Amino acid sequence: MSRFEESAPARGGFSYDLCKRNEMLMQKGLKPSSYLKTGTTIVGLVFQDGVILGADTRATEGPIVADKNCEKIHYMAPNIYCCGAGTAADTEAVTDMVSSQLKLHRFHTGRESRVVTALTLLKSHLFSYQGHVSAALVLGGVDVTGPHLHTIYPHGSTDTLPFATMGSGSLAAMAIFESKYREGLTRDEGVKLVAEAICSGIFNDLGSGSNVDVCVITKGKREYLRNYMLPNPRTYVSEKGYSFSKKTEVLLTKITPLRELVEVIEGGDAMEE
Amino acid sequence: MDSIHNDLNAPHSMGTTIIGVTYDGGVVLGADSRTSTGMYVANRASDKITQLTDNVYICRSGSAADSQVLSDYVRYYLHQHTIQLGQPATVKVAANLVRMVSYNNKNMLQTGLIVGGWDKYEGGKIYGIPLGGTLLEQPFTIGGSGSSYLYGFFDQVWKEGMTQDEAEKLVVKAVSLAIARDGASGGVVRTVTINKDGVLRKFYPGNTLPLWHEELEAKDSLLDSLSAASPEPMVS
Repeated sequence: MSRFEESAPARGGFSYDLCKRNEMLMQKGLKPSSYLKTGTTIVGLVFQDGVILGADTRATEGPIVADKNCEKIHYMAPNIYCCGAGTAADTEAVTDMVSSQLKLHRFHTGRESRVVTALTLLKSHLFSYQGHVSAALVLGGVDVTGPHLHTIYPHGSTDTLPFATMGSGSLAAMAIFESKYREGLTRDEGVKLVAEAICSGIFNDLGSGSNVDVCVITKGKREYLRNYMLPNPRTYVSEKGYSFSKKTEVLLTKITPLRELVEVIEGGDAMEE
Repeated sequence: MDSIHNDLNAPHSMGTTIIGVTYDGGVVLGADSRTSTGMYVANRASDKITQLTDNVYICRSGSAADSQVLSDYVRYYLHQHTIQLGQPATVKVAANLVRMVSYNNKNMLQTGLIVGGWDKYEGGKIYGIPLGGTLLEQPFTIGGSGSSYLYGFFDQVWKEGMTQDEAEKLVVKAVSLAIARDGASGGVVRTVTINKDGVLRKFYPGNTLPLWHEELEAKDSLLDSLSAASPEPMVS
């Protein structure tokens, strides 16, 4: 029965040596470096011709907005896109990795990628890291078997749903979906509902904000609507303008020309080894 | 507010009520449909009864990730086994494979399972595989957080050799009782009936379930518009 032990997730596949070092450093007073998180509202829904994904565009580092217009809808395949919530580095890395794996698989099989393939690759990667890769994803796409929408949690569990929300703003967005979603929405209705759900997250959740990105995937076509809505324009612009007068005083101007280093080659061809 | 945000990143667990009963001619598996992360319901219509082979199904409880990965592995092993054997796998083999993976990885897995199915040698069989990886063949078994509320109920109501109809009604009643009392169970009731004729999946939305002590009738709810559309349990 050792065969089962080999196939099961490897024991000690993740080395925790540095964690002891970090604990020791923290006890000595070193503050741990903060990392970029996407507070986030991400949503997806299935409509009559395919799937629509939506996301806000705020990336936070603790209480600070680090990026006011980041891209949370990641490309996986021409017919599959993935929204990511959680640690920005983790979502970026895991979606890039699986996107490459899918491309190799397409070369290998000569076929369009299927959403369940991306799902299995993502879930097995996340499961083997036991939740330490903090990536919560909404994966959607249209393949030969039809439109699919899945949610993937950091521990590796997945759900298949007609509409889904993830991230800190998921409760606000889910409230909109639960009251207004119905089967067989048209493209315009679906996009409107997705934008509404993201706006709900943007305005009611502190971790989400800025603009709305939407991606519509149908059979054979995808529309990536970057900054579909900009509900948070910059309202105050100073009349005085933003030129800052120089406060520096010139004491001395000395120009030292760079000397050209000429290499003298003792006979022979310079190209010879 | 923070605790709610932390909870959204908590491991996805299925509070759950899962049930498996044998009857004269097969088995009935039943489950609720709630998956929770902390105090938030992540999926209110999940399917906890997963197929392992054409004739064997498994009810999952505990950590959603662990139980999904475990059933994926066992489905893969059973598929190979079926090819090598040349005929459908028996329920006993399926249950033993689940037990081996569960027992050998007991330190890392947190999932309680019920394996049920029908084969031509033993007929309908139910196997319970709780945390730790014990294997127990039983005429009926219950699992998940909602099962605590059902032990007395089953002691009273269980009898050998029920008909398919009696068994299904028992399972639906039991799951709805557990849903009424367990916060971590809810949503709809799903049942899977397996016998020599094949597999029958049934689905009972919340508004078709009976109300219990002090539960109130839904009034002016979205369910009114829903029930007008499809009052029958959907049979696949």
